[in-house]
Amino acid sequence: MSAEGVASPRLFDCRDAFTGTLEAVAEEDLRIVIVVNDSIGSSKLSGFRKRWPDRTINVGIAEQNMVGVGSGLANGGKIPFVSAASCFLTGRALEQIKADVAYTNANVKLVGQSPGVGYGELGPTHHSIEDFAWLRVLPNLAIVSPADPWETSEAVKAAALRDGPVFLRVSRFGVPQLPRRSDAVFAIGKAETLRDGGDVAIIANGVMVARALAAAESLDEKGIGVRVINMASIAPLDLEAIRAAADLGAIVTVEEHSIRGGLGGAVAEVVAGYRPCPVRIVGFPEFMPTGGIEFLFETYGLTPRGIARAAEEAIALRGKP
Amino acid sequence: MTSSPWKSTGSDRTAIVTKIRDKARAIRMHSLNMVYAARLGHPGGDLSATDILATLYFGVMRFDPKAPHDPGRDRLVLSKGHASGALYATLAEAGFFPVDWLSTYMKPKSLLNGHPNRNYVPGVEANTGPLGHGLPIAVGIAIASQIDHAGYRVFVITGDGELQEGSNWEAAMAAGHRKLDNLALIIDRNTLQQGARVAETNDVEPLGDKFRAFGWEVVDIDGHDPSALIDALTWPGGRAKPLCVIAHTIKGKGVSYMEDQVSWHHGVPTKAQLDQAMKELSLT
Repeated sequence: MSAEGVASPRLFDCRDAFTGTLEAVAEEDLRIVIVVNDSIGSSKLSGFRKRWPDRTINVGIAEQNMVGVGSGLANGGKIPFVSAASCFLTGRALEQIKADVAYTNANVKLVGQSPGVGYGELGPTHHSIEDFAWLRVLPNLAIVSPADPWETSEAVKAAALRDGPVFLRVSRFGVPQLPRRSDAVFAIGKAETLRDGGDVAIIANGVMVARALAAAESLDEKGIGVRVINMASIAPLDLEAIRAAADLGAIVTVEEHSIRGGLGGAVAEVVAGYRPCPVRIVGFPEFMPTGGIEFLFETYGLTPRGIARAAEEAIALRGKP
Repeated sequence: MTSSPWKSTGSDRTAIVTKIRDKARAIRMHSLNMVYAARLGHPGGDLSATDILATLYFGVMRFDPKAPHDPGRDRLVLSKGHASGALYATLAEAGFFPVDWLSTYMKPKSLLNGHPNRNYVPGVEANTGPLGHGLPIAVGIAIASQIDHAGYRVFVITGDGELQEGSNWEAAMAAGHRKLDNLALIIDRNTLQQGARVAETNDVEPLGDKFRAFGWEVVDIDGHDPSALIDALTWPGGRAKPLCVIAHTIKGKGVSYMEDQVSWHHGVPTKAQLDQAMKELSLT
């Protein structure tokens, strides 16, 4: 996947990058297996199953067992990618993720599919806007929310190579390939500055990064300098990037997640202990009404316009004594 | 490691049973001394599981205590992680770590936490504690063994009250469906849970029928009889099913005042009670 040139208008489903790269690494590393909860189709893993039926473990609709089995496979020397809708994987099996994966420090890769409001009209039972909050308190567990196909692909490779547990948040919502230098490097725990400016920092991850860039461009036209940071890793956090953002004096965070306990909370925790400044957190505040993904993004300000508005509010707050 | 543990041990059975009984006595004594020194622990469950653990480690399983991560080792997952005292004593007696570690049980910064951690303690396979976690983990290990045609076996010990946790039945269904013939579940069927009798709380019977309905081979045995445990757990090939051993046990086994008493789920003996327990155990 090319990482060079300007943003293409074409939109990508990051699940394709996930499965394509997973198959490529699984060809090389025979320890890789997949564990699913009848989620072959929604995880786009039918190609993997066809190639490696004996490395495909479908436990049926049983998430607690799914994560426990993943931990056991790691005990047996396998590298399991446990892939399921993020709402069920993280909510239903949270104690297994805590004890069997994070506390055990098991070499298990959890893949939360269609997170955030990816299931739109299916409603809050199927939304996964809590997963950052309840996973990022777990030591040992790396948490990565890629922004585009290139980063998804790099994150899959990094997860496979990392000796320890990882949670990957893979979105189905169409995103553009972000503009990057051809020598761009992805590393778990390392933030990526996509654009620099001196008035405010917008820190985003996942599908919100492209929108943060669009917001920055509109602010630029008003003469406001914006730094856009792609913070794909919520754990471990890139503390240096957050402290440097705090030095600008105004921060906006944007995530397809609850406004409580996610990326915004993580950033605010660091800023409060370093150099307090306004941190406006853009995300979802409640169980949401019926509506499609775009409707929900629009309603709660997860749009270039809403993000730009939050940035101006943060700058205004900084100005007060 | 020995090469063929699948067959019953045959002519030297008497010697092996004697060794298991000696080890079981030592494990019980260690466990009670640990609980007494820590002023904490779960002595009732330690004592009910002791003969199962001793038989596994001294009569059934293949392992090398000097190579605890040997990929081909047999694994034991103690799902009832609160019986950590008995597990640690067993692993120490088996040579995974020095016996003198046991005196640190639950002391500040000890490797021997109240519930086992595989990153701290050689020989521990799973970080158990919350109930209903061990069987799914054991199913995953058994699948890994089958994928690799590695031939190692997985043993998992659960309590009986623990089977009230639904995750066990998710795993039981998966094990039956996948015909995991390298997996053995041993239920420490002491009929008591933390607060009362299992039967009075949320009965698990008919236990054997439940597992048979999920596609398992089921045997009922005396869980304090090493010879019966060896017979159940060293099976010839060709079964093509996971094995459920319902090991009928007595909570607090070996100490008269603890036996079948719900109050000894947790409970710390006085010095006089400890002395009495040691005296009774020395006569077994």
